Amino acid sequence: MNTVVAGITYRALLGRRRVVLLLLLPMALVGLAVLLLAFGAADQRTAMQLMDKFAIGTMLPLLGLIAGTGVIAPEIDDGTILHLMSKPISRPVIVQTKFLVAASLLALFAAVPTYAAGWLLVRNEDGIAPGFALGALVAGVAYAAVFLLLGIVTRHAVTIGIVYALVWEGLVGNFVPGARKLSIQQWAKSIADQISDSAFLRADVTISFAVPALVVVTVIAVVWAGRRLRVFSLTGDE
Amino acid sequence: MKIELSQVSRWYGNVVAVNDVTMTIGPGVTGLLGPNGAGKSTLLHMMAGFLAPSNGTVTLDGTRVWKNHDIYRHIGLVPEREGVYGFLTGWQFVLSAAKLHGLPDPDAAARKALATVEMEEPKDRRVETYSKGMRQRVKVAAALVHDPAVLLLDEPFNGMDPRQRLHLMDLIKTMGAAGKTILFSSHILEEVERVAQHIEVLVSGRHAASGDFREIRRLMTDRPHLFKIRSSDDRALAAALIRDQSAGGITLRPDGLEVQATEFRRFARLLPRVARAEGVHLLEVSPADEDLESVFSYLINRSA
Repeated sequence: MNTVVAGITYRALLGRRRVVLLLLLPMALVGLAVLLLAFGAADQRTAMQLMDKFAIGTMLPLLGLIAGTGVIAPEIDDGTILHLMSKPISRPVIVQTKFLVAASLLALFAAVPTYAAGWLLVRNEDGIAPGFALGALVAGVAYAAVFLLLGIVTRHAVTIGIVYALVWEGLVGNFVPGARKLSIQQWAKSIADQISDSAFLRADVTISFAVPALVVVTVIAVVWAGRRLRVFSLTGDE
Repeated sequence: MKIELSQVSRWYGNVVAVNDVTMTIGPGVTGLLGPNGAGKSTLLHMMAGFLAPSNGTVTLDGTRVWKNHDIYRHIGLVPEREGVYGFLTGWQFVLSAAKLHGLPDPDAAARKALATVEMEEPKDRRVETYSKGMRQRVKVAAALVHDPAVLLLDEPFNGMDPRQRLHLMDLIKTMGAAGKTILFSSHILEEVERVAQHIEVLVSGRHAASGDFREIRRLMTDRPHLFKIRSSDDRALAAALIRDQSAGGITLRPDGLEVQATEFRRFARLLPRVARAEGVHLLEVSPADEDLESVFSYLINRSA
């Protein structure tokens, strides 16, 4: 962890207009919860749907993409990353710092609003709100790592990330039962299920698979990203 | 400190960007001269540890540069691309460099570096409000903040106005005189000549020439030159010129003569003498191939 790298990264992501990107979806989530509350639809089943489909199913992967790639891909694109890399700091430390920044942003912009929306609808009933919040937190950490890696290995990180988040997790995960095992979203649900006693929540992946999988994916992605940045090459215009 | 390149090549797929280059960059100012696309940036990136040589080795005082972040304690890099965080002020940018280097007194180091490039006054403005020359100068300040023994600059004078250019040239000369190892790339001979004691010429990825600026200038002026000449009697002038060995070939065209001069200096003295002796008035004498491309292509053919 390097505080200067972290400071610059926070400023790049939270400065001016970019923070709007991070705020939009959580605001929509809380807004939906308020609407449901206003129309008297604040029951467990609705809360579960909102958490499952929107908070974990849509907002989390998209925010993961924005934060995970956002901490490094724009700097690689415009060459500012050289400012950090031409210093006597090991490249894995740069990657770990950027990962921590992305993970902390996801905690703030994904996990906290998830809890807030859940709490607005059903308070802490049956552990739905804390369950999904913890699921979002842990899965957010994994997304941060995976999308950070993606931001380093390819210039098309955002496109690939969207395809992964929407097509793989959204479609394939829903239709092909086996594929659900390999989905960060499902792992998040599994954690929520562990904490919540709600009858409406049923995870397809066991907790004994989900937790190790989240840890392994996160660690591998961060280590790999560090290695990739170590051999980062400037190909230039020639 | 010195940077040593030993039989360094770099290729991208089938394209060879740098071809078997061996050179040593020692203390003082070295200019890396070559036309655009000669592989200067590729070579510089390899020296700065931002590109692995496909073949050969690049070392800084004997230690390998690639995958070694400790070299940046000794190297300052000024990349060609802008690469400056627009949302930081000049001061914050240079200060962050000082902190990233882990300097004991980052504030003092940043102040000194900004003073060196005369950027104290606009230092509290955001970098995005700077002109290109100002951005270039904060980049130089950030590269100098840890007082490195080696400074690498990629096309540093691009986009600078003449006054800023002169100032940076002086700065580079002063640092070179102080014993730092400085390498900068440029495609402009006059620029390199003014600043560098030593010049390395790179053409089409190959190390075409090496020497002090006098040697390079001599190599470049003593090459065959092509002149366009218009006179009151082209045919008589041609007949008189061809008798001397310095004129290699003459073409008689409707709009004048094209003379291939094999020895530039001799021919330059010969022409007015011959014209006077023959009673021919010279109306126009102009070099037809003074552009850098032809100079470089001559150098590369000579070394091949």
